[in-house]
This record gives sequence, C-alpha cells and structure tokens, in this order.
Amino acid sequence: MSSYPLLSLAIWIPIFAGLIVLLTGSDRNAPLARGLALLGAVLGFVVTIPLWMGFNISNGGMQFVEVTSWIPRFSINYHLGVDGISMLFVLLNSFITITVVLAGWQVIEEKVAQYNAAFLIMSGLMNGIFCALDGVLFYVFFEASLIPLYLIIGVWGGPNRVYAAFKFFLYTLAGSLLFLIALIYLFVQSGYSFSILDWHQLPLPMNAQIWLFLAFLVAFAVKVPMWPVHTWLPDAHVEAPTGGSVVLAAIALKLGAYGFLRFSLPIAPDASHHLSGFVITLSLIAVVYIGFVALVQQDMKKLVAYSSISHMGFVTLGFFMFSAIGIEGALIQMISHGFVSGAMFLCIGVMYDRMHSRQIADYGGVVNTMPKFAALFMLFAMANSGLPATSGFVGEFMVILGAVKFNFWVAFIAATTMIVGAAYTLWMYKRVIFGDVANDHVAELKDINAREFFVLALLAACVLWMGVYPLPFTDVMHASVNDLLQHVANSKIK
Amino acid sequence: MEMKNLYLLVPLAPLIGALIAGLFCRVIPRWLAHTVTIAGVAIAFAASVMIFQDVQAGHVFNGTAYSWLTSGDYKFEVGFLIDSLTVTMMLVVTFVSLMVHIYTIGYMHDDPGYNRFFSYISLFTFSMLMLVMSNNFMQLFFGWEAVGLVSYLLIGFWYTRPTAIYANLKAFLVNRVGDFGFILGIGLILAHFGSLDYATVFKKAPEFAAATINIWGTADWSLLTVTCICLFIGAMGKSAQVPLHVWLPDSMEGPTPISALIHAATMVTAGIFMVSRMSPLFELSTTALSFVIVIGAITALFMGFLGIIQNDIKRVVAYSTLSQLGYMTVALGASAYSVAIFHLMTHAFFKALLFLAAGSVIIGMHHDQDIRNMGGLRKYMPITWITSLVGSLALIGTPFLSGFYSKDSIIEAVQLAHIPGSTFAYYCVLAGVFVTAFYSFRMYFLVFHGEERFGKGHHDHHDDHDDEEASADHHHGLAPGEKPHETPWVVWLPLVLLAIPSVAIGYLTIQPMLYGDFFQGAIVIDAEAHPAMHHLAEEFHGAVAMGIHALTSLPFFLALAGVVLAWFFYMKRPDIPAAIQRKFSGLYTLLDNKYYFDRFNEIVFAGGARLLGKGLWKGGDVGVIDGVIINGSARLVGFVANITRLFQTGYMYHYAFMMIIGLVVLMSIWINRA
Repeated sequence: MSSYPLLSLAIWIPIFAGLIVLLTGSDRNAPLARGLALLGAVLGFVVTIPLWMGFNISNGGMQFVEVTSWIPRFSINYHLGVDGISMLFVLLNSFITITVVLAGWQVIEEKVAQYNAAFLIMSGLMNGIFCALDGVLFYVFFEASLIPLYLIIGVWGGPNRVYAAFKFFLYTLAGSLLFLIALIYLFVQSGYSFSILDWHQLPLPMNAQIWLFLAFLVAFAVKVPMWPVHTWLPDAHVEAPTGGSVVLAAIALKLGAYGFLRFSLPIAPDASHHLSGFVITLSLIAVVYIGFVALVQQDMKKLVAYSSISHMGFVTLGFFMFSAIGIEGALIQMISHGFVSGAMFLCIGVMYDRMHSRQIADYGGVVNTMPKFAALFMLFAMANSGLPATSGFVGEFMVILGAVKFNFWVAFIAATTMIVGAAYTLWMYKRVIFGDVANDHVAELKDINAREFFVLALLAACVLWMGVYPLPFTDVMHASVNDLLQHVANSKIK
Repeated sequence: MEMKNLYLLVPLAPLIGALIAGLFCRVIPRWLAHTVTIAGVAIAFAASVMIFQDVQAGHVFNGTAYSWLTSGDYKFEVGFLIDSLTVTMMLVVTFVSLMVHIYTIGYMHDDPGYNRFFSYISLFTFSMLMLVMSNNFMQLFFGWEAVGLVSYLLIGFWYTRPTAIYANLKAFLVNRVGDFGFILGIGLILAHFGSLDYATVFKKAPEFAAATINIWGTADWSLLTVTCICLFIGAMGKSAQVPLHVWLPDSMEGPTPISALIHAATMVTAGIFMVSRMSPLFELSTTALSFVIVIGAITALFMGFLGIIQNDIKRVVAYSTLSQLGYMTVALGASAYSVAIFHLMTHAFFKALLFLAAGSVIIGMHHDQDIRNMGGLRKYMPITWITSLVGSLALIGTPFLSGFYSKDSIIEAVQLAHIPGSTFAYYCVLAGVFVTAFYSFRMYFLVFHGEERFGKGHHDHHDDHDDEEASADHHHGLAPGEKPHETPWVVWLPLVLLAIPSVAIGYLTIQPMLYGDFFQGAIVIDAEAHPAMHHLAEEFHGAVAMGIHALTSLPFFLALAGVVLAWFFYMKRPDIPAAIQRKFSGLYTLLDNKYYFDRFNEIVFAGGARLLGKGLWKGGDVGVIDGVIINGSARLVGFVANITRLFQTGYMYHYAFMMIIGLVVLMSIWINRA
C-alpha cells in the first residue's frame, strides 16, 4: 500500500482534476464541470484513506515519506511526509472539499468550471502545506494556496468583495514576508539546508530564537487568526461564497495553528517557553473579547466568523501549555472546528440561498417551514457551544482540564466560553429558528433538499462520531505529540 | 442474562426508543412512537428492578464500557458504577419516567409534536441514566449537559411561544454558569488526583485532606474546599439553588409532563445526587459543607415565600420544588447524605404526582392555569382531587406519609449538626414547614374547594405579568356554562400509581435507607467531624414510633397551623389576604418581583454583556484595529492598493494562475540549468 506515493497523489489528484475541470470552459458545460469536480474531490479523498488505515500509531516520526531533489543547487527537495499531527488534516481537507463541491452544486451558476477548479486546486495546495517537509516547498504551497482563496472571495463574493479580498491579501502578505526572511535565515544557519526536520535539530542562541519566533508568530497569528490581527476574517467570511467560507474556516484557519507546531515550537523551543505567557494572553483575549463581540453581531456569518476566532483561541492556548492534553486537545479542537464551523457556514448558506440575507433580523420561525434543517442546525449549534457527545466538547474539555493544571486562572478565563459561547450561538439560533413565522419570506421557505440533507448529515455524523468516540483520533496523535513535547522540553541553546 | 449486559440495556433501551421516535418522527404513526418509547422505558425499569435485587444481594459493579479518550497519562472512560446509590436513582428515574410516558399519551393527545415529544422524554431518560450510572466525572459531566440539552429542547417544545423560547435559552445559560464552576472543579480533580475515576479519586481523597493550593494572593486555600465549592456551583445550577434558581420557574413554559419528570422528580435532583456521590470529598471540607447548608437554607425558605403569591397552578408547584430542593441541599450540608437521597426519592413521587395532577386539572380546565379561575373541582374530577390531596399531605409532612419521614429526618439532622451555619439552617427549614403547608393548601383549597369560579367566559384579573404573554396566545379556558371533566385513564392511572409510593414508600424504606447498611460503601460520613447521622440513628426507634412521636412535635403543629390558616384565609375570609396584600404592598411587590433577581440579571449580566460586546466591537475592532492600524497602513501603501485595483477586471484569476505556475516552472528550470 505504501509503495504508492500517497501524499503526492493527495496533492496532485485534486490539482490535476482542477485543471481538467477548467478545460470544460464555459458555463454551457456546467453539469460536466460539476460531475468532474465531484469525481476529482472523491478521488482525492479516497487516496487519503490509506493514510489513516496504514498509519503506524506507535511511530512518532514522519511516515509515507517521499524525497526527490527539486532544485539541487540550493538543496531544495520535494520532500513530503506526515506524522500524527498533520495526517488528520490531510484527511479533513480532502473530506471538506467533497462537501464544498456538493454545497455549490445548484447554487453557483456562473463560471462553474472556474469555481470548482479553484476549490480543487486549493485543496491540493493545502494538502501540500500539511505534507511539505522542505521549507521552500512549504512556502510555495503556503503562498500559492492564498491565490485560489483570494479569487474565490474576489470573484464569487458579495458586494464588498474587493475590500475584503484586499484586506485578506494585505494581512497575509505582511506575515509571509517575515516568514520568508526567517526561512532564509534558517537556511544559512543550518549550513544550507531547507529541510524542516534538520531545522528542528539546529542549535540556536536565545536571541535568534526570539526573532525567529516573532517572525513565525506574525505569519501564523494572521492565519489563525489571533487577536489583534483577526479583523480580516469577519470581512472575508461575509463576502465569501458559502464554499469559500467553509474552506476558510475548516482548513485555512488551521494552517497557522499547524505552523506553530511544525515551526515555532520545535525550531525555537526556548523562545516558545519564554514567550508562552504572551501567546497565552493573546489567546485568552481572543476567547473572551471575541466571544463578547460575537454576542452582538447582527450578521450570522460575522457571528460565526467571530466564534471561529474565539474557538481558535483555544487552539493556541492548548499549544502553549506544553502538555499532552493541551496539545492533543488543541488538535482535536482544530479538527472538530473544521466539521462544526464548516457545517455552520453551510447552514447559513442554505438559508442565504433561499432568502438572500444573512441578517438575523430578517429571520424568525424558520423551524415552522424547515423542520429538518432546524434539527440539523440545532445539532451544529450545540456542537458550537461545546455540548458533550458532539466533537465541539472534546477539545474544549481537554484544553480546560489541561489549563487547570497549568494555572487555575487561565482555566477560569478560558472556561467562560462555556457561558459566552452558548449565549451567542443559541441566542442567534433562537432569533433565527424559533418563534412564529416572522415574515412572508420565511413562510415561503422550502425545507432542505436531498443534496443539502446529505451534506449536512455527513457532517453531523462526523460531529457525533468524534464526540462519542474520539479515541481513534487521539490514538493517532500520541506518539508524535509525545516526541514533540520531549523535543520542546530540551533547550537548543548551546 | 449477564449482569453487564443488563447494565447496558438500562440506558440503551430508552435511547433506541428515542432514536426511532425521533429520527422517524415525521413518518411513523403515533401509536408506534409511544409504543417503542414506553417499551424502552419499561424495559429499563424492569432491568433496574433486577439490578436492584442483585445489588441487594451484595453485588457492586464498577467497570468500563469503553475507552473514550486517552491523552498523556490521563485516561477517560465510559463506564458504570452500580451500587445502592445508583440503583436507587435508577429506580426513581425509570419509574417516574414510565409514569410520565403513559401520562403523555393523554396530555399531548392533540399536539402536532406528539412523536417528537416522546423522542425527547426518552432521550432524557437515557441521559439521566448515563448521569447516575457513571463511574467517573467525565461521563457525569456528559450526562449533566445532556439532560440540560433535553431540558432546553423540552422547555422550548412549543417553539412559537415567545415566553417558551425565552425560558429555554435562560435555562440553558444559567445552567451553563453552574457548569462553568463544575468543569473547573473537575479540572482541579484531574490536575491533583491524576484521574477522573470515582474509585481512584475517593481512595486518594484522604491524602489530600490537608493539601492547599494558591489561588489568590499569598493565602493558601484548602484544595478540597475549593474543589468542592466548584463542584457544588454545578449542583447549584442544575438543582436550582439561589442565586442560580432563576431558570426553574420559567421552565414551566414546557408541557406539564416534563415539568413533572425533569423539573421536579429527576433532573433537578442531579445536583443532590452528585454531592451525595462526592460525599468522600465533601466530608473532608467542613467549609464547603457550611457553604452548602447556608445556600440550601436560603433556597428552602425564601423560595417557599414566593410560592404563596403565585396564581399559576404550575408555578406554585415549581416554587414548592425549589423549596424542597433547598431542603435536600440542607441535608447534604448536614452530612446527612442518605437523608437527602431519601427525600429526593419521596419527593420524586409526590412532586411528580402533584405536577401530573396539576396537568390533569389543566386538561380539565381546557388549558386555563390560573387558580383564581378554578374552585370546587372536586365534584368534577374526583380522582385528581383525591390524588392531589394525597400529594399535598405528603408534601407538607403529614405523619406516616412519605414526605413526613424524609422531611422530619432532615429537620432533625440539621438540629443535630454542628457545623457553622447549621443553626441558621435549622430555623429556615423549621419556618419552611409552615410556609410549605400554607402555600400547598392555599392552592389545594382554591382549586378543589369553595365557589366554582370557572366558566365565567372572561378572565378579568391578569395582573400577573409572567403568564400574560402565554395567556394571550395559549389560553383557552372553559366556555361559559361549561364544566370541567375527569381526564381519561391514561392520565389518571399514573396519578394513582404515584399516589401509592407517596403514601407508603417512606414508612417502608426509612429504616434500611437511613439507619440500615443500604448505603454502606456508597456514602461516606466522617462520624467524628459530622456526627449528625450518628446521633439521629440513636434517636430512631422505628417508623411507627417516629410517626407517633411527631404528633406532639413542633413541625407537626407548624404544618397544621399552615393548613388551618390557608383554610381560614382562602375559604372563610378571602378579604383578609387581600387586605394584607394592600397593607404590605412593599413586601408584596418584592415577592411579586421574585426579589428582583430576574431584573438584576437582565440589566447587569445580559445588558452588561451586550454593552461590553458592542464596546469591544465598535471601539476595539472597528475603531482601533481597523480604523487606525489597518486602514492607516493601507493608506500608507496606497500605491499597492492602486495596483491591486487594476486587477479587479474579471481576468484577475488568469493572471494569478499564470503568475504562480510560471514562477514555479521558470525557477525550477532556470536554476537547475544555471
């Protein structure tokens, strides 16, 4: 099984499928484009399944490794591999791509081929990010993945899409420039190697570690996004089409967090410890401050966008407590957030497709006309509030429990999300779904069709599975997280 | 059958019923929905009886069903602890649930959400069973939140009513405040004990008796005091103790069967059960017990006062529930855990009975819930009348009835307790006896005796602002000249079946539960530090003697005085309460506004949170971050902006794709060649 270059397949199948979809050209061939896109997405997901089945959970190192020389002159390699930290994200990403293609099925009527191609190509590029073990390769994927996302917002987005796309671009550009400088510095310091794994072993003085850490921090914090560099996200979400929001929330936000584990912690462990208080403070601000901001949003997408930022605060909090339960809790939170926030945006998309409004005030009593939808939306709202037996609970529970050991007051502040998170989610749910039919538009709503039901039910199954039986997910992580913790516990100052 | 399979069957049978009725609620016929759910709960009840006999034979089980999660050195498992405490709860939950399921056939007969309702109450039964059968804190929390979810769904069952969907959100959020404390308590346990398994934690607990943690400033706090208070905050939310009680009266917006099942008999007693389960921890912190007893005493008395002025039949019973939960909490604080569980059990029967009887009255009255519109119903609804009388007598502690044994034991246990706060608690629970008798029989007389005030066609006194909205859209009432009628057998049969234990269960079980070794091993009491139970046992000389002795004791006369006064005020001289209300209008306003808890929460917490959110959003995000920093930098690099603007032509994606692909290809080729 492992004789196949599985990771390359996971990256290039969606990209080539995307290029083929592009060839179908104009919207006359839209049904063909959709069919090919779905085929590509499913194929892309199928090739990732052996990664899970064949994964050796007792090995904390890289698996399914592929190394080929790419640019020998600078010892840049096409070097791929996954460990217990990254493997799940490849699956998540490939899975989410299927739901995105399905979600846009009857909704996107213009530039269908281009739309689907953008998502497929982005899916492949993002798999590349999670698999890349070479600094330059990582950087290329990291930057390239911005372009489809930028286009999705800029072309298929809402009325204010230019502002949003531009803001998104500016923010990330600022981050990536510093990241590039850090990569070049590491290249020189390591005796001209771009191997991320080599960099992990590279001794560095404290001073250099701090600068590196800060450069990484800027790049990754924008992506996560952490407070106070988060303001691009609500705008991007509001303007993005539903599929764009789903990918943005489910996958793109994970790239920054993943970067912390792949770069910041192992390359600059001493600086990570030294500055952990700073990052934890930012995380707690994200959890609380953003929670309150989410409470008063009038626009459903903005509300869920802010709720995403708040949930991602838990992720960075979990990382920087340097405990197994914290890091694994954060990773679980990331995967769960992929399902839950993706589903939340799909739900809002379902309503938007019918009503062409995201304003909470335009809704009310949707349950009367869309009972099936209301039931599924309830499940996701509860998962977003961290209810046990849904995936949303597991990560929050682990991070809060880990935080009590770390520092009681950190846990205290983090745990306020139990109240605030439930408040903003369920208050929105109440105003949108419950009550009497608010107006004629709501009265005319049609319940979800088979396609919409299928997509949401698929995510619902994931949310419940992960909530009731999360063991398989953490089993995959243990070895790699333990290795990472041991690595981070040793000083690199020589 | 293997016992372990039987344990699994108990929660799974109702779950399967709930799934069938819930997932297919739109396609299956009504009879199928109620048959599968009732069958599921009946199986659970039968299995619980078998497990009870097995536990009686001395078989305690503590084992794992499956491993939920592992992380680092921590292991979280789903498993069962089956001992006498668990099995008592299982019997109470499944029996009351079964009664409520049967009753629902009649009560929800005309409701379009019939199947959905059965699905919810079976799901609730599953969640509650998972909660009580758990052998670890994680699963406890799981069940804890799951019952909260079902409570949320059921309070908001009639989702078009604004009051219902306000009440369910409020209930969920107030409970979350409690859960906030609860999860911190669980976190402290995990951090210091290294496990969430009950057996491991309780075994290690004595080692931590003197352990301290640094929480605030330089002072050292006892670890167990902080932990127990955090855990108890969770219990305060779920068991509606002041100041987290505010959700329970509003929860009456839900259909009456769930008021009986969830908001009287089972879910709200989860906090009482939890503290009893944690007795090995609470016993090590007298400070925490003092906290518990004071909170319980305040709830017991001051919530009772509110019952006096309610005019909605369900709200009277709801405040009575709050008050009785306060009694149970007081018992916990006095280290009389077995007494608390005993009262929990008797209360489950007679309060479920009272709620279901109230529901029967509501059906008879065609959904008019105002006791001022009733009167003289005993002629028309004889079975409801007799069973209500039995329930009320049990509630006020009439000797030989079940409520008497449990409540009197609480009062005596508090009297014998010596921890700080117990004297205050003693006077509260004693005064509470009078208050309970007064409000219970005020309601009883107004509903079943006296002048027939129904069927007048119009209801002119709606000064009660709580039910105003509800009455606007959901108030039917009897038409002029129409008479109430007795309810069908599916409604009155559960009343009769609940009336039997309401009479007899106390007499039958007080000896083994309180003074025998029934709870041996399940409940731990440090007899030296907290000797109340020990002294109580010395004074006990059998159930009959206890009843006879009570006839000359203070609580009995207080209860009698309450009944007589209620009769005098509401049957003989209705002008007197009206005059009192006028004379003490300040006090009345205070009670009518429920001590202003709701107003305070609405303004300070809800309003404050919205204000804070607006401030952070408009001031922080939009003002400082976007306004100054981002858009400021954007203007600085205006030329970048200009270039980017050129791309907004619709061909941009072509450019971008070309750029990236071209760059990669060119770089590879060019560098390799050079």
